[in-house]
Amino acid sequence: MSKKMAIIATKGTLDMAYPPFILASTAAALGYEVQVFFTFYGLQLLRKDLSSVMISPLANPAMPMPVPMPVMVQMLPGMESMATMMMKQKLKKHGVASLQELRDLCLEAEVKFIACQMTVDLFEFDKSEFIEQCEYGGAAMFMGFAGDTDICLFV
Amino acid sequence: MNFDKEFDASGLSCPLPILKTKKALSDMASGQVLKLVATDCGAVKDMQAFADQTGNSLLGMEEASGSYTFYMKKK
Repeated sequence: MSKKMAIIATKGTLDMAYPPFILASTAAALGYEVQVFFTFYGLQLLRKDLSSVMISPLANPAMPMPVPMPVMVQMLPGMESMATMMMKQKLKKHGVASLQELRDLCLEAEVKFIACQMTVDLFEFDKSEFIEQCEYGGAAMFMGFAGDTDICLFV
Repeated sequence: MNFDKEFDASGLSCPLPILKTKKALSDMASGQVLKLVATDCGAVKDMQAFADQTGNSLLGMEEASGSYTFYMKKK
């Protein structure tokens, strides 16, 4: 029987979107059966259009910046878009896959995506904005799989 | 070394060399050899780990000026 891995993805920023997709796609390539449970802000990673996934230097002091930037400057309008654009350029330059590409590779490798129904209701999200390849479920449904895994991560 | 299929993953970062290797192996027959070229130095340990965990055999690895060539025999 194949090994199993479960991930809970709770963050919806560009930087924090990478770990779940990288680990899920890699585990699947190694023969693991993988499920990712997207809850709270993690649900943003299931949107058909991932262009709204951004990174912010605000409250993110560990983010390397080309020049030291005071918090007051980071608050200025457009800083988030600029940081996101720069981050995407950097990822591309270093041959790191885009989120879209990694997500597609996960789906291709039959990684199962579960969207938290409670979060959908809470934020009144429209399911038509999410990819069709995800299932909707709750904590108990996730435990049914997670309880029997070899690796279980919270991101 | 003889090989049946070749893939160039130069310029790609983790985990793409592994994912592309897995994909390339999927339509090969058991016993065939895949030649993979990568520039990601992390791939050196990752390819060995991939081989160990999937049962495919890493027949050899060559390094030449920042480029790594792997020969992977399909299980």
